[in-house]
Amino acid sequence: MFKHRAKAVYLLLIAIIIGYFSYATQFPDNWLGFHPFRLGLDLSGGSHLVYKADVSKLASGDISTSMNALRDVVERRVNIFGVSEPLVQTQENAALSDKENAYRLIVELPGVTDVQEASRSIGATPILEFKLVTAAQMKSFQASSTQSTIGTTTAEQDAAYLAMFKPTGLTGRMVARATLQFNQTTNQPAVGLNFTSEGRDLFAKITKEHIGDYIGIFLDGKPISVPVVRDAILDGKAEISGGFTNDNNEASKLVRDLNYGALPVPITLISTQTIGPSLGAVAVNGGIRAGIIAFILISIFLIVWYRLPGFVAVVALGIYTALMLALFKLIPVTLTAAGIAGFIITIGMAVDANILIFERMKEELHRGRGIWDAMHEGFARAWTSIRDSNISSIITGVILYYFGSSSVVTGFALVFIVGVLVSMFTAITASRLFLYAVAPQRQTKLSMFLISNGFRKLKV
Amino acid sequence: MWVINNRKLFYIFSGILILISFMSLIIWGLKPGVDFTGGTLIEVAYPSGLPDQAKVVLALSTIDSAVSVRQSGDNEYIVRMKAINENEHAVVTKALSLDGSASPVEKTFDSIGPILGAEALRKSYISIFLVILGIVLYITFAFRKVSQPVSSWKYGLVAVIALIHDVIIPTGLFSILGHFASYEVDTLFITALLVILGFSVHDTIVVFDRVRENLKNANTNKPFGEIVGESISQTFTRSINTSLTTLIALVVLYFVGGATTQHFTLALIVGIAVGTYSSIFIGSPLLVTIERWKNNK
Repeated sequence: MFKHRAKAVYLLLIAIIIGYFSYATQFPDNWLGFHPFRLGLDLSGGSHLVYKADVSKLASGDISTSMNALRDVVERRVNIFGVSEPLVQTQENAALSDKENAYRLIVELPGVTDVQEASRSIGATPILEFKLVTAAQMKSFQASSTQSTIGTTTAEQDAAYLAMFKPTGLTGRMVARATLQFNQTTNQPAVGLNFTSEGRDLFAKITKEHIGDYIGIFLDGKPISVPVVRDAILDGKAEISGGFTNDNNEASKLVRDLNYGALPVPITLISTQTIGPSLGAVAVNGGIRAGIIAFILISIFLIVWYRLPGFVAVVALGIYTALMLALFKLIPVTLTAAGIAGFIITIGMAVDANILIFERMKEELHRGRGIWDAMHEGFARAWTSIRDSNISSIITGVILYYFGSSSVVTGFALVFIVGVLVSMFTAITASRLFLYAVAPQRQTKLSMFLISNGFRKLKV
Repeated sequence: MWVINNRKLFYIFSGILILISFMSLIIWGLKPGVDFTGGTLIEVAYPSGLPDQAKVVLALSTIDSAVSVRQSGDNEYIVRMKAINENEHAVVTKALSLDGSASPVEKTFDSIGPILGAEALRKSYISIFLVILGIVLYITFAFRKVSQPVSSWKYGLVAVIALIHDVIIPTGLFSILGHFASYEVDTLFITALLVILGFSVHDTIVVFDRVRENLKNANTNKPFGEIVGESISQTFTRSINTSLTTLIALVVLYFVGGATTQHFTLALIVGIAVGTYSSIFIGSPLLVTIERWKNNK
């Protein structure tokens, strides 16, 4: 008896400390550190973008490294906006989709509601291409045209000019590093390129076979420089000069995009979700209010119907709440509106095991067992049905988590699973400890009333 | 036990509900949300006064002639249209402002491509199937030692009949509400169905567990129907009370929890209420019916 009470007091103290942790860390400037709940985009406001990655041009072996590279590049771009805690992740659905649709990039931007701006910056792909024109073609074009460059002639001439260029397969993807350089005589900005080994070989091959021809360097479909190939270039280095205006912004932007920006895999936006911040605040307040009211109503019901054990169940439910809130912070679980709803539903479900146990206890008391025997039997015999029903909940939760098609569903599922597991501890282990600690020793009218429940009277 | 003796009455009652649900599903079907069909959903508020609905429709019809604009609350419209890209979004934003004459605030903007929609639908079917399969297998396993007079897989089968019952009725309700109040079926609704599946099997298990225990202790002459009847009356209070606490939480959530999860909560309330009903009045009596069939053969 004394042992039970001491343990119960310890458990209560630990629960209070955990509860205090959840509460105190909600505010900045406290000695435990600032760990507020992590709120999902639907509660904090922000944008959720889903891109489809086009991997059709990649060999199967390269897909995962390219996807990782894609994530890194987008992450760097997102960081430029100064968004706090952006999330960039890749997703593979190979089991459920064909290869074309299987690879995704998911970007979450808390606080950003101007998606148009955001998605433009993310999806902007500076496409650098190297294209070829033979010397003969260029000559005949120049003969027929007044200008050799784009922009100063008619649209038809522009189109004819661009049509001459044939792709070589050499692109910005094969640039390992770009540097900003200045021509020593003219002081014009230029961009130095270092190709990857693949790019070096290809560039060497092209320049070897096309001495005297022209290489058009295209940025986003526009030629920025069309030098003549004078020699085979074998060291994988090239320089783009000319085409840049004197203020070196344009050149340095290209350097930045080539180094940090060029997307290794083309992406297209297939889903956008934006939630304004006001909507989230309403949902959070509603969730908190609903949680408190539900807790109070359930507590009243438990105490009225189950009396002393009911009170124990309420204490256990308090511990459940404290543990869950602390786990949300420690795991951490990103809370969405559905996740909060899930948590409130689990408050209602967490006491189910208590109810099963207390009902069983009452039956044993009816059969004439003493209070202590009845308690032991109640916990022992209710176990199989508690186990079976919780396992079916966990089956549901796990399937929901793995097949949930949106963060809304997986957020709910995670809370649900954690809730079932924690409630098994609080409703069984913690409740037993408390009940043993406070159960009356002697069988009197009062003690039988306290330990019993419902409307039917017990014989003493 | 009155539940067992009047079981035909309960079968008829459930039969009627299921019939109504089927009729509604056949005639009206379900209204799938944008997360299944793909498309755009914009919630737009006009704090300084709602412009004429026809004007908004007209402005948006240049982008999608099948656009739907519905009023929500005092100063909001909910716009539904085909999936759009960033450039079209800019055009939509401009159209919503009626070329600058109104000042809209986009509260939410969802645009889901058709690929994602089809995938969400596929995943939903798979998860419903897997949850049902998982539960049957588990119940069959948990009740494997019970074979007299009804073999263990039949417990699983009965549990599944009860589960299908519990899922069809809320689905039918949402079909009716979809027709009369434009309630949509979205991924959250599917989540609700799965939670109903997981939850309503709880109560069924509680009764079955008691049947299992009583079969072990009973003398062999006692009719099976009587044992099941006793098991129901012994577990009656706890079946009701466990659902009651969850229903308390759900009802509070429905009224206080905010609009985002209201339809989700409604589906859960109906499903859990129906689920508790079915585990007492349908599931266990069905065990008795099955046992009678076997003996009449």
